[in-house]
Amino acid sequence: MMLPAAALSPSSDFVTACYIVAFSLFIFGIRQGTHPTTARRGNLIAAAGMAIAVAITLSLDVVGNWGLIAIGIVGGAVVGAVASRRVQMTQMPQMVALYNGVGGGAAALIAWSEFRHRLAIGGDIPLDVMIPVLFSLVVGSVSFWGSNIAFAKLQELISGRPIRFAGQHIFNGVLGAAVLAGCVVLAASHDSSPSQALFIAVLIGAALLGNLFVLPIGGADMPVVISLLNAFTGLSAAAAGFALDNVALIVAGTLVGSSGTILTMAMSTAMNRSIGNLLFAGFGAGPAGGAAALQERPVISIGAQDAAIKLAYADSVVFVPGYGMAVAQAQHAVKELANELEKHGVRVAYAIHPVAGRMPGHMNVLLAEADVPYEQLKEMDEINPEMPQTDVAVVIGANDVTNPAAKNDPNSPIAGMPIIEVNEAHEVIVVKRSLNPGFAGIDNDLFYQPNTSMLFSDAKKAAADIAAEVQEL
Amino acid sequence: MDLITEITIFVLAAFVGFEVISKVPTTLHTPLMSQTNAIHGIVMLGGLLVIGFADGTLDKVIGTIAILFGTINIVGGFMVTDRMLGMFARKPRPKAEDESDES
Repeated sequence: MMLPAAALSPSSDFVTACYIVAFSLFIFGIRQGTHPTTARRGNLIAAAGMAIAVAITLSLDVVGNWGLIAIGIVGGAVVGAVASRRVQMTQMPQMVALYNGVGGGAAALIAWSEFRHRLAIGGDIPLDVMIPVLFSLVVGSVSFWGSNIAFAKLQELISGRPIRFAGQHIFNGVLGAAVLAGCVVLAASHDSSPSQALFIAVLIGAALLGNLFVLPIGGADMPVVISLLNAFTGLSAAAAGFALDNVALIVAGTLVGSSGTILTMAMSTAMNRSIGNLLFAGFGAGPAGGAAALQERPVISIGAQDAAIKLAYADSVVFVPGYGMAVAQAQHAVKELANELEKHGVRVAYAIHPVAGRMPGHMNVLLAEADVPYEQLKEMDEINPEMPQTDVAVVIGANDVTNPAAKNDPNSPIAGMPIIEVNEAHEVIVVKRSLNPGFAGIDNDLFYQPNTSMLFSDAKKAAADIAAEVQEL
Repeated sequence: MDLITEITIFVLAAFVGFEVISKVPTTLHTPLMSQTNAIHGIVMLGGLLVIGFADGTLDKVIGTIAILFGTINIVGGFMVTDRMLGMFARKPRPKAEDESDES
């Protein structure tokens, strides 16, 4: 290998040993994440690994331009620290999207930088550098722009509805093929100063692709997209590791690539849809028909007092929280209501759908924030068999994940999606502001069942009102 | 390091990743995603390695932004994960007076 290229890679065994320590700590840290009591320590262990990796890299001779490094590190640390302190737990998916995006952006910029450096020293770029550089450039750029769009959709800076135009799949296909062709041309000319103009064109094409790839996907499917893009960013970091001969980047990037892939598969299983269907079907656009007709059906509407009586004299109550509860910041009010019910001898549990909230496990974080005991959080498979023996199921801010159409109506857009079977409970109380369909835009048969009562109210106010009524009983 | 060694490392790391991560319960998937997200911020090391060669303004700008982005990814990712997991960690204790001891 040429001298400047060799100088880029950590040459001494000591440095490599430190990288090995660092990625071992990453693996150990994730391993500790299997239980809530050890997960926090695991996170700190992984962070320590990162500190070691950064520190040893800063000690290398090739590192220069210290002023700029200081600007980058101090600026990044301040932004990251302030954002992570200020973010609300409900906004966690957006936050992850944003952090993921900057990671992808960094990978793409490093690929560009490495390319320019190689051009400057002669332009003969070995293929085993050129290919990872191109991979990192394209995937990092797609990840950056895709994550930003996902962030904007979740933060409601732009409409969460799918944004589509005629011939979009074809246009994206052609664009993807053009980006790929650009990469092939660049790789083919790797040993004779590949064109930087074409390189930048590929960068822009990939950026456009990242935007167009996420825009047509509905807000409800964003968590899956973020998880997939998380895997992408991991792989682009691994590719940067190949280009720079850096073992820490290869291992850490690959770990994240695996984890993102597993989470993406877990989520699509929870929604009973293939990844291809999630990404290309533009789900969330609303049902093809029938919604208007369905909304004419009668519902039973009750007030807080009636709800309090039903709940206080029940033996068992299951709360089915959804993202609507989190938006209304009603976790604490619901927890207060549960406390009141427990004073009346009611057994309380919380049924958590795998995609409740905006990410798998998001609802658990939100309820943990409200001090709900870990043992009361029941996963879907655990609670469904208990539903027929449950006196009252209270659906708060959840909708699609309780829709019996997923089981009964093969024509429903969510047919086959696993649901919390609240319709099996003796009685159901649905707290909802109006009959408007949920995030996926599908009407819910549950509301029109004879054993379902609707309590039309804001989730927080409803929980507080019911708790006050229960106290009076 | 030659290419074959790197590919060997890549394949083994992928399997380790699958093994370790499939053991994490759904309950903890959000913090897990956030933590792995922080880990891919390691790409920032690449920024540190390339910025030393940056002479022109463009190269310096690209390198600085790469380091800035990578650091946001790392610092923000680990800190926000810590915040989330802190909420689980204080769970098992009786809820008598645990409001005040957040350090």
